[in-house]
Amino acid sequence: MATMTADQIQSIEERFPQVFHRPFHKRFGPLLLLGGTFLYLLYALWFFNLPQVMRESHWERLPLFLTQWISYDVQPIFRLDEPQITAKYPRFSVLGPNPNPDWVKTNADGSVTILIDGTAKSITFNKTQATIIANGETVAVGLGTGKPLISGPVPGWITAHEDEVVADMGFAGEARVAVDRVRIRKRFLGWANFVFDTRSPFFGKSASEVASLIVSGPELKPGTSNLALAGDNIWNNAQWQHGDVWTKLLQTIVMAFLGTMLGGIVAFPLAFFAARNITPSRLVNQVLKRFFDFMRSIDMLIWALFFTRAFGPGPLAGSAAIFFTEIGTLGKTYSEALENIDDKPREGVTSTGANGLLVQRYGVLPEVVPVFISQTLYQWESNTRGATIIGAVGAGGIGLKLWEAMRTNSNWANVFYMVLLILLVVFIFDNISNFLRRRLSQTIHDYNRIQAEQG
Amino acid sequence: MTLSVTAPSGATHQMADAWRRQTSLRRLYTAIGVGLLLVALGSTMWFADEANAGHFFDRLPHLLDFLSWLVPKDWNDVWRAMFDVASPHDTGTQEFNFPLGRAYVWGSFYIPEYFELMLTTLNVALVSTFIGFVFAVPFSFIAARNLTPHPVLRLIVKRFMELLRAFPEIVIAGLFAAIVSIGPIAAIIAIGLHSIGALGKLFYEINENIDMRAEEGLRAVGANWFERVRFAGLPQVLPNFMSYTLLRIEINVRISTIMGAVGGGGIGEELKLSISRGFGAKTIALVLLLFTTIFIVDQFSAWLRRKLVGEQAFVMGA
Repeated sequence: MATMTADQIQSIEERFPQVFHRPFHKRFGPLLLLGGTFLYLLYALWFFNLPQVMRESHWERLPLFLTQWISYDVQPIFRLDEPQITAKYPRFSVLGPNPNPDWVKTNADGSVTILIDGTAKSITFNKTQATIIANGETVAVGLGTGKPLISGPVPGWITAHEDEVVADMGFAGEARVAVDRVRIRKRFLGWANFVFDTRSPFFGKSASEVASLIVSGPELKPGTSNLALAGDNIWNNAQWQHGDVWTKLLQTIVMAFLGTMLGGIVAFPLAFFAARNITPSRLVNQVLKRFFDFMRSIDMLIWALFFTRAFGPGPLAGSAAIFFTEIGTLGKTYSEALENIDDKPREGVTSTGANGLLVQRYGVLPEVVPVFISQTLYQWESNTRGATIIGAVGAGGIGLKLWEAMRTNSNWANVFYMVLLILLVVFIFDNISNFLRRRLSQTIHDYNRIQAEQG
Repeated sequence: MTLSVTAPSGATHQMADAWRRQTSLRRLYTAIGVGLLLVALGSTMWFADEANAGHFFDRLPHLLDFLSWLVPKDWNDVWRAMFDVASPHDTGTQEFNFPLGRAYVWGSFYIPEYFELMLTTLNVALVSTFIGFVFAVPFSFIAARNLTPHPVLRLIVKRFMELLRAFPEIVIAGLFAAIVSIGPIAAIIAIGLHSIGALGKLFYEINENIDMRAEEGLRAVGANWFERVRFAGLPQVLPNFMSYTLLRIEINVRISTIMGAVGGGGIGEELKLSISRGFGAKTIALVLLLFTTIFIVDQFSAWLRRKLVGEQAFVMGA
């Protein structure tokens, strides 16, 4: 490669000053931006006290919570200080009022074997000794001396406390052995009693049994057909509350629909007065535009809180909140669309001597309606998501139910059920709105093409 | 000059007929559409009213009641509440305990409580938008049809971003509230994750529309994927990326306010409390502060966006 002389370099520099002598803000702008961002992040680190929050957080809970989304557990207690070892299940156990699960076995010699995960992870105990098997190891715990004593080495999956030995068996569950009781937690994959809860006469029956009962069985509850009874039992399932969840979901959808629609209906005429090319008065334009900004800037949350106070909690408050915010948002987007129209159709219609309203109808409307509908659909879609959140402050819908289920930290399966439903709704609405908008953009595209062809 | 009108011959007559049929059919469809929409509106209104705790027409006269508590006894209390100055009406209740929330910075110099809370909400929005931006940029290049390193990877990243976008923020916030304790960090994680999905989608749509000649040039000289994205993709799309990010900041300020109301820290929490208890002066101070902040953020971002990409219409929301 030939080396350049100083003259050549200079001439190149002179020819391209925009490359070699860029102004200061262009040369160092990106660097300054990066530096500023870095400094801001340091500040945020300090502001939110991140190191301490991270130190005090419980990340070990995350996998636990996530497994609870798709599993449930049964926690029986076996008393050892009574004449006979008997299992006690929690009062609202998912196994129903009289559980007799096949994973609890009473042996001939009076001892009890619990298969937490088959025989590979199990525990067998009587009043004086417990034998825990897991991970290919067998550990004997003596219970005769007043506190649990492990004979031999203690493997890593067992934690020995003063009065309790805890055997962690991973996802399958755990066993807690004390002198007077053995506490078991056995975890199952799936959702318990999703269709029928424990109070239902259909509880514990297989699908074919239920089907045959519904088709030809004797009436389980006199005076009601079995089909109606089954439907009622599913709808009022105490554990999953299908009826309530679905009603609340519908409320959320209604809130988004009603708020967006009404917002659109009100914003539609106002936008014509706010567009400066349609209404010549600067004062009216500005007043309306500031009004739209005002409605938008008073956050949806503030509207939601106000209307919750005015109308009481429920979807009416949520709809009203979305309605008021949407007047601002849709008013702004509608009027911007109106300001971007092509003036020629309007002039054409005006030249025929049509009055003001007719000019808008035939000269303006055909051009903007597809854009209006497309933007309204977009808002509807985004409000369906937004309605979930404002629901949590009392504005009705599934948001509050979600928030309450989460607050107890124990109902994660129910939370996941509702999340799945919300995802489904959002997915369906996204697709409907995308489909409609694609059709509309086709229309807009065709319109533009025809206009371009005609010059 | 006279206009001569020829009587409709058979062909034109048929055409006019066809046209009339077509328009009447279209009018019929429009009428059916509007009718269905009205039925849907009516029934949903009825449904919402039925499910609400208070009903629309019963509660309508009370709309003004709710405005009446909003009017403070003394309008100066609004400023006192905003700047944490002691009020002469203080009777020891929460309604007038303005100086209590002062955050002392230096000696007797303090930041008023509401400004501090507003700052928290703003910082939540900024940090979560930053998280969204940092992850959305690489994801968007992987998800763009024309720049993706591998089609399978593209599909995975696209689905992942869709999931992040559709997943209710409130659930992520609730999950992390149980892990990192209730407060702004949980809100940042929730809004940040959502922003990754939302920005990523907008970004990859921009990426798919870039001019590919620069990329071809780089490919011809043997540049690897990273170099092609860095030198051919990024310079073209960065102004648009920035402008969408600014739009996202506007949205995130609003979301972080709402998150605050359900336990995410910041001004939302205080606002919810003050409205539900009916503290007039405090509510007005908070609404004023929030309104001004959102207004300033919106205007500033609109100005900056205009500087970045010129007058260009943007879809709101997302």
